[in-house]
Amino acid sequence: MTQYVVLSAILFTIGCVGVLTRRNAIVVFMCVELMLNACNLAFVAFAKQHGNLDGQITAFFVMVVAAAEVVIGLAIIMTIFRTRRSASVDDASLLKY
Amino acid sequence: MTFWILAPLMVVCALGILFVRKAVHAALLLAVVMISLAFLYAVMDAPFLFAVQIIVYTGAILMLFLFVMMLIGVDASDSVVETIRGQRAMAIVLGLVFGAVLVIGISQVTLGTVVGLEEANAGGNVPAIANILFSKYVFAFEATSALLITAAVGAMVLAHRERLTPKPTQRSMAAQRMRDFADHGKPLGPLPSPGVYARHNAVDTPALLPDGTAAESSVSRVLAARGTVRSAPALADDIDDVRRQLAGLEGHSDPASMPETSGKAGSPANTEEDVK
Repeated sequence: MTQYVVLSAILFTIGCVGVLTRRNAIVVFMCVELMLNACNLAFVAFAKQHGNLDGQITAFFVMVVAAAEVVIGLAIIMTIFRTRRSASVDDASLLKY
Repeated sequence: MTFWILAPLMVVCALGILFVRKAVHAALLLAVVMISLAFLYAVMDAPFLFAVQIIVYTGAILMLFLFVMMLIGVDASDSVVETIRGQRAMAIVLGLVFGAVLVIGISQVTLGTVVGLEEANAGGNVPAIANILFSKYVFAFEATSALLITAAVGAMVLAHRERLTPKPTQRSMAAQRMRDFADHGKPLGPLPSPGVYARHNAVDTPALLPDGTAAESSVSRVLAARGTVRSAPALADDIDDVRRQLAGLEGHSDPASMPETSGKAGSPANTEEDVK
């Protein structure tokens, strides 16, 4: 099972770097999804490791929360795009000033 | 075995998300990662999550991503300008360190023998999950319904837009058109149609004005932006060519020997037979 958890860690790290480096809000969102998926993989791996299904249930809940999060996040991105004609995360800096 | 095939593929695709410029390509790479994850779930005795992963993630969430991408413009590629100086390098260093710490830490932990899900899945994976979900986690499940409703209402509120101006009617549009004609001399009728030459039925050829210049407004703006508009003078040379060849081939009526073709590739240009 160790290899699954290592893969999960690698995917999580890649998602993390993606969130930090990418500028397009949609791609940033995809990287967040990648991190959530990496966590799910670890949950399912540990469920098998310990022989009970709580990990799978947790992964299921993570998927539900991720779906809700994507819906709201994409609606926010659309609203920002509508007012500022840009999907870049660096353009939405009005609160800075 | 499945793992050693899918794991490198997933890592490569995930890295691809970091490096591709277009958001659509990132979405497709993410789809590969998610479908591979679904197969890993299937390998790890989680057939329910396998189905949910494909239906919810690949089917719903990724389609939602693509949908929003189409709404806000597919060609909006990432800018490479750094807002904070050195941020990218610092992020990469941080990521490498973080990944190294995680991987080394995990590989030093011994997880012990794998218990396996044979016992827990004895009556089938889906009934077993349902048993736990509707007993031990029933409050979390109910809270999920509240979350989903909040998300749906929130998305509607965010995406909703009040109409601030009245909807334009046919009457007001006609009045606006007359006003434009009176003020700026914009044409009252429709724009001139492109491709008016008998030899060419494509929309990429501008119409010619009476003085011989090309009418820019007769070609779609999209074609003009792509730079695929054919120039009218060059076309006139073509016509001279055709004329000369027709003069040389006088009496020879085989349509296949005609130099120009219309619309479909290889089909004889029927319109040119009228020239003779």
